Amino acid sequence: MYSSLIDPNLLIAKDSQALLVNGYRKPNLKTSNDPIRRINNTKPTLFIFSAPAPCSPKFFDNDLMGFSKDQLLSQLQELEIDYSKYEHPPVLTVEEQAKYVSSSEGALSKNLFFKDKKHRYYIISAMVDTKVDMKVLSQRLGLGKGGIRMAPEEALAELLQVSLGCVTPFAVVNESARDVSLLLDQKFKNQTRCIFHPLSNNVSISLSTSGLDKFLQSVGRDPVYVDLEANANPVVGKDQPPDLAVYVPSNSVVIPELPNNTPSAQASPPKNVSAEKTKPVASPKPSKSPGNVKSVVQNSGLSVFKNPEKFVEEILDKTSELLFSEVKGENVEALAETLRKRLTSEFTHLAVMYKNTAYSEGFYAGTQCQPKRP
Amino acid sequence: MEVDKKEEIASDSSEQVVNPWEVSAKDGGKIDYDKLIDQFGCQRLDESLIDRVERLTSRQPHVFLRRGVFFAHRDFDLVLDAYERGDKFYLYTGRGPSSEALHLGHLIPFMFTKYLQEAFKVPLVIQLTDDEKCMWKNLSVEESQRLARENAKDIIACGFDVTKTFIFSDFDYVGGAFYKNMVKVAKCVTLNKAMGIFGFSGEDHIGKLSFPPVQAVPSFPSSFPHLFPGKDKLRCLIPCAIDQDPYFRMTRDVAPRLGYSKPALIESSFFPALQASGENGKMSASDPNSAIYVTDTAKDIKNKINRYAFSGGQDSIEKHREIGANLEVDIPVKYLSFFLEDDAELEHIKKEYGEGRMLTGEVKKRLTEVLTGMVERHRMARAAVTEEMVDAFMAVRPLPNMFE
Repeated sequence: MYSSLIDPNLLIAKDSQALLVNGYRKPNLKTSNDPIRRINNTKPTLFIFSAPAPCSPKFFDNDLMGFSKDQLLSQLQELEIDYSKYEHPPVLTVEEQAKYVSSSEGALSKNLFFKDKKHRYYIISAMVDTKVDMKVLSQRLGLGKGGIRMAPEEALAELLQVSLGCVTPFAVVNESARDVSLLLDQKFKNQTRCIFHPLSNNVSISLSTSGLDKFLQSVGRDPVYVDLEANANPVVGKDQPPDLAVYVPSNSVVIPELPNNTPSAQASPPKNVSAEKTKPVASPKPSKSPGNVKSVVQNSGLSVFKNPEKFVEEILDKTSELLFSEVKGENVEALAETLRKRLTSEFTHLAVMYKNTAYSEGFYAGTQCQPKRP
Repeated sequence: MEVDKKEEIASDSSEQVVNPWEVSAKDGGKIDYDKLIDQFGCQRLDESLIDRVERLTSRQPHVFLRRGVFFAHRDFDLVLDAYERGDKFYLYTGRGPSSEALHLGHLIPFMFTKYLQEAFKVPLVIQLTDDEKCMWKNLSVEESQRLARENAKDIIACGFDVTKTFIFSDFDYVGGAFYKNMVKVAKCVTLNKAMGIFGFSGEDHIGKLSFPPVQAVPSFPSSFPHLFPGKDKLRCLIPCAIDQDPYFRMTRDVAPRLGYSKPALIESSFFPALQASGENGKMSASDPNSAIYVTDTAKDIKNKINRYAFSGGQDSIEKHREIGANLEVDIPVKYLSFFLEDDAELEHIKKEYGEGRMLTGEVKKRLTEVLTGMVERHRMARAAVTEEMVDAFMAVRPLPNMFE
């Protein structure tokens, strides 16, 4: 259906696209050789697979705690992917990275991590001078004009298991990133080598796109290359569906709010829920210990009531949902976006006043409180 | 901390004068902000910093950042570096409660501070310098305390989160750890230095001389042991108008000697008066028509804008359609650049008005809409502020979730 809008080079993507249209499959395919990862398709695998690597115990043990740079590099070696490694002090920006890795080694990349309103996540990896217009991207993904924003820091830690300044296509090796969509800049294909962080921002590696593709396929991903600068004025309508909509993950991810916001403190992967939000769980004694999965879900529910912005987001999400289900037509999306844009700030202001009033009443009651009878 | 401008009239000045008690431009022209930045030694807030803020906070930067209202800083980049590493900071701002009537210019630093609190998820302390006003404006102690409480209500109405905000008045709070820091700071500043920085003379009473440490020490986390116990290295970011810079230059000078981090600043330009010619218009508390007050009705606002807002449009419609408006001096467009959220709409208005296709009346109408909306929202929020709420904000209590 969308084939006219997809680059003929993306042959693999076309097949996976067919799968998406037919059902509820996620954009990344799982290998049928893999006993531990879930199998959810019976189509013959489309990628090259180097036998020993994924079955090694090393590979599985660390799945839950996030791949390290060394594990990744040894993976690349086992897959016989050629790469060059450059070590340098930790860098947080492309400008800094450029000081240590010269462009003769390959093309530097800028890597962006986005989230949409329905808690679906995207990694966009592009050449440094490719213009990535969030508004255009959002429209091409079928999310309306303001549909995506930079993902919060917690998501970086929780889903990609990397630190700030370290977003990289390689992050999809983590199980926690299985629902994150990865879009690569078409222009990478014209480069001999491209440079990425191998899960750590004190190392950079350069490798060819075929090397990258081989790696991605080994972890069950179809490499998706997109012309990020095409279609700069997308017209999305009945006869022109958004050209990148196939790459929107079919599952959303809820990032639990941990009380102590330390990036390394997760022992369990985030819960994977369907597009509906987790219902806030009313609990008499919310436990605050990190690593306790049950309390983690409760905390994410609590934060909806603690944080005025999340509260308003919840209200507007439910409103949008109802709108989408009741009203048909192309303008619904635009209307929902307008509602959200215009009402968010007003509602947040109201929510803050509500919160302040409730707190003050409680505070006052506290001052009048009589001590408990012994 | 006094944010409204120009109570004293500047004498003929061949140089521009900017300090906490006087702001005037050279020869009655516009304030030269570049020169000010040079003179004070602070930095311009450039695009790259604004982009960084957007990246770190995952949201659009505040309209005041986008439009260059907050345009200068000291060490804001260091605060962002630390934030990226996971080291948080707290916000400190304040008000000198000299009058009950607040106008929109007074709200600007609070609107911006509220955005910073939400975007970075950090706590905030707000100082009400009732002692300063008692001394400088010769108010009685009771009156200045009363004004402090009244102003606190307007500040709360800006939408600060009570679980992350501590408001205090000097008369109530000075003492304990706060006073200890004041003495430490005072020991580091000689009389001569104070006279140099603040322009004190032998005629000024000693109350004034001893005031600067009061405004300096909220920059040090140890001044608030109930909020930041054990967090002596916590950084402080101070959003303020650029005329407050001298207080904090002194503070930054003293901080390392006391073993504290230097507070960072993020500074705004001045909000023009309605009748301003150029940017030197004096907003005077005695002239109610020089500003839009938060107590103005919709009718007042419409009236003030229509009658008193200085227009850059031409004298006749024909001439206007031919030449277009002078956007440099036009007050409605300037006000819109402060308060109109939509960048695209502002650009459109500037273009159409500047090229003569849009008339002054339309611009003023749009401005009236925007301001009426703001004032209405503020009034509603203000009405919801009870005495109990003020007590809650001003209670000396811990803020357990201040970084969430």
